[in-house]
Amino acid sequence: MRTVPLALRVNGEAVEVSIASHKTLLEVLREDLRLTGTKHGCELGECGACAVLLDGKPVLSCLVLALECDGAEVVTVEGLAHEARLDPLQEAFADYGATQCGYCTPGFLVTAKALLDEKPHATRGEISAALSGNLCRCTGYIQIFEAVEQAAAKIADAREDEVER
Amino acid sequence: MTPPLRVVGKPRRRVDGRAKVTGQTLFADDLSFPRMLYCRFLRSPHPHAKILSVDTRRAAGAPGVHAVLTGADFPIRYGILPVSQDEEPLCRDRVRMTGDPVAAVIATTESEASSAAELIEVEYELLQTIADPLEALATAEPRIHDYGDHGNVHKAVALEFGDVEQALAASDRIFDDFFFYEGNTHLALEQHASVALLDRDGKLCLHSSTQTPHYVHRALARALDLPPHRIRVIATPNGGGFGGKTDPFNHEIVVAKAAMLTGRPVKMTLTREEVFYCHRGRHPVLMHFRTGVNNDGSIMAMDLETLLDGGAYGSYGVASTFYTGALQTVTYHLPRYRFRGCRTFTNKPPCGPKRGHGTPQPRFGQEVQLDKIAVAIGKDPADLRLQQLAPAHSLTANWMQLGTVGLRECIEKVVDGSGWRSKWQKLPHGRGIGLACSSYLCGAGLPIYWNALPHSAVQLKLDRSGLVTLFCGATEVGQGSDDVLAGVVAEVLGVDPDDIKLVTGDTDLTPVDLGSYSSRVTLMAGNAAIQAAERARSILAAAVGAKLGIPEESLVFAESRVFDAADPGQGVSFQDAVILAETANGALATIGSYTPPPSAAKYKGGGVGPSPSYSYSAAVVEVEVDPSTGWLRVDRVWIAHDIGRALNPVLVRGQIEGGVYMALGEALMEESAMRRLPPRLSHALVHKMPSMLEYKSPTTLEMPDIVTYLVEDPEPNGPFGAKEVGQGPLLPIMPAVANAVFDAVGVRVDEVPITPEKILRAMKNSDRRVGPTKFPAIHWPETVHVPPPWEGGDGKATKDKAPKSNIPLAGAQTGVSVPQQAGVSVPQESRTCGTDTPVCAPSTPAEVVRK
Ligand code: FES
Ligand code: FES
Repeated sequence: MRTVPLALRVNGEAVEVSIASHKTLLEVLREDLRLTGTKHGCELGECGACAVLLDGKPVLSCLVLALECDGAEVVTVEGLAHEARLDPLQEAFADYGATQCGYCTPGFLVTAKALLDEKPHATRGEISAALSGNLCRCTGYIQIFEAVEQAAAKIADAREDEVER
Repeated sequence: MTPPLRVVGKPRRRVDGRAKVTGQTLFADDLSFPRMLYCRFLRSPHPHAKILSVDTRRAAGAPGVHAVLTGADFPIRYGILPVSQDEEPLCRDRVRMTGDPVAAVIATTESEASSAAELIEVEYELLQTIADPLEALATAEPRIHDYGDHGNVHKAVALEFGDVEQALAASDRIFDDFFFYEGNTHLALEQHASVALLDRDGKLCLHSSTQTPHYVHRALARALDLPPHRIRVIATPNGGGFGGKTDPFNHEIVVAKAAMLTGRPVKMTLTREEVFYCHRGRHPVLMHFRTGVNNDGSIMAMDLETLLDGGAYGSYGVASTFYTGALQTVTYHLPRYRFRGCRTFTNKPPCGPKRGHGTPQPRFGQEVQLDKIAVAIGKDPADLRLQQLAPAHSLTANWMQLGTVGLRECIEKVVDGSGWRSKWQKLPHGRGIGLACSSYLCGAGLPIYWNALPHSAVQLKLDRSGLVTLFCGATEVGQGSDDVLAGVVAEVLGVDPDDIKLVTGDTDLTPVDLGSYSSRVTLMAGNAAIQAAERARSILAAAVGAKLGIPEESLVFAESRVFDAADPGQGVSFQDAVILAETANGALATIGSYTPPPSAAKYKGGGVGPSPSYSYSAAVVEVEVDPSTGWLRVDRVWIAHDIGRALNPVLVRGQIEGGVYMALGEALMEESAMRRLPPRLSHALVHKMPSMLEYKSPTTLEMPDIVTYLVEDPEPNGPFGAKEVGQGPLLPIMPAVANAVFDAVGVRVDEVPITPEKILRAMKNSDRRVGPTKFPAIHWPETVHVPPPWEGGDGKATKDKAPKSNIPLAGAQTGVSVPQQAGVSVPQESRTCGTDTPVCAPSTPAEVVRK
C-alpha cells in the first residue's frame, strides 16, 4: 500500500508518521500512534466519541482526513493532564459522576476544554449547547454539566490565586 | 453496637474514575497484539432464505486473506438459554434475518477483509418472510425455527392465580385496555468488539466487550467443542451495555475459531449498523389488560395478555416472555391475577434484554390504566396507588417473596416535591403532570442454567504489603460494579477503597459471577465480597488481638488501622495486622459466595420473577404540549428510588439520572422500526434507521431537570441493606409521560414512543386516543393454576382449575394486609455473613435534590 508522510504536533510533541492516504485523523491517532484514548461510536460524525482538539477547536476526528492535519496541533485525552497532575476537568469528571462507562468521556473532556478555554464562565445553557454533539448513553448528562461547572469554578479560583500572587 | 459506616453512604470518586478520565481504560477495540488479523462478515441481504451454496474461492485468493470460514466450519449451535440453542456462528443452510452472517473473512487489514468478503458468492432461495407477530400467528409455515411451541410461536405461557373471571365478574367495574410498546435498542456508545488469541500457554483467550463472560465461556466451550478449562474469557470494561452485551455473539465465536486456525490474534469490531442488527433490545409488545376495580378504587383482579415480537432467534426470549407478566403483582396488591404471554419468531433482529427486561412494557400499560381508573372514579392517582400498595415482607399472588417495600415513601417524596396536589388537573391547558410507579428485581433468584452453584463468588488475597486484592467474575459495564466491590470490602476491613486492587471479569483468574445483568451485581457480588472480607477480618482480628492482648470483639477496623475501641491509641496499622496474621497463619486468602434464597414459587414458570429483593421507584413528570402542533416537551422529572441503602450516592444518582434519560428516549423518540424494501429491491425487511443520527436519542438539549430522592430503608438481604438502582428508575418514566400528556391536553397515547404526531392524531380522533384496539385470538396452552397464598396455596400448581370459591379476596379492602408468608415458610437468608453487618441500622432517608 502506498503511504504518505504526515507531520503534526500531538499533545505537544512533534510526530512524523507514514500513513495510508485515505486514513482519518481518528484512525491515525488510534492505529498509527496507538493513542487509543480517543474512541469511536459511529465513524460517521454522529456521536462525538471521537472528538479531539485540532488547533484548539473540537473536531470529530472520524470526519477529518488525516492529511488535512499536516502541521496542525492536535490534543487528545492523553494530553489533557499537566504532567502527573490531572486537568481540573478530569478531576471533576471523576469526582462528580460524569464518567460511568467512560466511553464518551474523552470526547466530552476535550469538547468541554475547548469551551472553558474560550468561555471560562460558561453558563449551564452554554455548556449544554457546546456538548450537544456528544452522546452519552449512561449519565443523563446532568452530572456532566455539574462537573464542567465545578471545573470552571476551580480554574477560576486558581486564576484568582495567581493574580493575587 | 454497630460501628458507624465510613465508606458506605459517602459520596466518593469511583475507584475506576481516574482510568476513565485519562483514557487509560482499555476497551476491547483498544487492544491490539503483534501480528493481529481482522475479521469481517459477509451478511445476508435477505430476511429469510435457504442457503443453496457458498463459493469462497475468489475471496480465499484475495490479497491479504488468511482464512475464509463458512457455516460448514461451525456444526454446533449455541444460545444463551438452554431451551433456545438456536444460533449459528455462521449460518449453515438458512438465514433468518437481514444481517445474518454467512461467511467470515480473516485478513491482514480490516479493509482487505471487507473487500474480500464481497467476492464471496452465495446462492439463496428466498422464503416467505414474517414481519410481525400477527403475521407469525397467521403463518404456520414456513417455520423460522424447527423448535418452539408450534408454527412460528416460540413460546406461549398461561398462568392463573385464583379464579380471575369470577373476581372480575364480582368487581364493580372492569377496565379493558390495549397498549402497544414499540421496540427500541440499547445504543451503547461502544460497538461490540472482540479479540481472540492463543495465550502463552496455548489456550484460547478471548477479550470481549461482554457483560457476561461466564456465559460466553460456556457458549465457546459448546460451539467449539472445547473443554472449558482450555478457554479464557476476559470481559473488557464495557462502553455501556444496558443488556445489549449479555448474549454470546456470533462474532465472539468466529474470532475464537479463527485464532485457533491461524494461530494469530484475530479482532472483530462491529460497525454501528451491525450493532443495530445484533440488537437483543426491547421487544415490541402488544398488551391487553382487563382489570376489575371496585368503586373505591380497590383492584380485585387483573387479566393480562401480552404478544411479543421476538425477532429471528430465541435469545433470552423465553425469560422475556415471562417477565412481561412477572412483576405486575409486586407494586400493588393484586388479589387475583392471570397472565398469558406469547412470543413469536419474525424475520427481524432478535429481541432480548434491555434495561428493565420485559417489564417496562407491561409496566407502561398497568400504570397508564391506573391513571384511567383514577380519572374514571374521580380519585387522585397517587391516592389510588397508596391505598393498595403491596405489603412489605409479604408474598404476592404469584408467589414472589417481597422484602422491604419503600414505595409509599417514594410516592410521598415525588408528590410533595413536585407540588402534585396543587397541579394535577389544575394546570392550564397544554401543561400537564403525570405520576407512575414501578419495581424491579435485585438479581434473578434463579440462574440461567439450573444448578445449585453459587451465583457469585469473591476471593481476597492479603499480603505483607498491606494490599488487598479482590478477585471476582463481576463485569464493569459502567454501572460501578468494581466500585461496589471495593466499597463494601473497604468498609469491612477499614481501609480506603482505592487501596484495594481489583481483578474482575476474567474466567481464568476470577471465581464465577454470573455477570452484569438482572441488576444482580450489587446484591449478589456485594454479599459475596462482604463474606470474604468478614472472614479476612476475623483472621486479622485474631492475630492482632493475640499480639495486643485485646479481645477480638473490641477491635475496630478503620482508617487503615486495627485498634482497641476503648483505647484507640492501642493498635497497629492495617499492614502490620496483615503481617501479624500472615506470620501466624501463613499466606492469607479468603473466599465468599452468594446463593439467593430459595423461591416460594414452585410452579412451572415461577422461575422468572423471584429475587432476593425488589427495588421501588415513583416518578412525577411535568410536560408542556403545544395543542396546535402536538409538540411535547418534558420540563421536569421528580424521581424517588427505594435504594435500601446507597453504597456510593454519586453512582446511585448517576444510575437514576441515566435511567431517567434512557426512559425519556424510549418515551419520546426511540424506536427500532423495520420496513420492507419494495419487491424490486429484494423485499427485504431492513432497519428503518440503523444509524445514530436517524435513531434519535436525547442529547444534552433534550434533558429536563431531574430532582432525585433516595429512599433508604435497608433491605435485610442486601449488602449493607442496598438494593439495585441500574434498571428500576427507568420504569416509571414512560407511563408518567403518557399520563402527563393526558393531563395536559386530554388525549391518551396508549403507545410508546409518544410522538407529537400521535398526540396530534389523538386530538383529532373522536375517542381522543391513539393506540391498539384489539388483541388477536391466541391459542393459549393449558393454564397453570396456582392458588394465591391467601387462598390456601403452597406455591405449587394444582391439578385442576381452582374450585370456585367464596373465599373473600384478602387485602382487597383498603388497609388490609396480606398475611405474611401465608402459612408457608420461606427461607430468608442463605448468606452466611457474620451478624455484625450493620444491615438493620435505622437510617434517615437521604435526599439529593437537584435544582
Ligand atoms: S465516531 Fe466520530 S462522531 Fe462518532
Ligand atoms: S459514560 Fe457511558 S456513554 Fe457516557
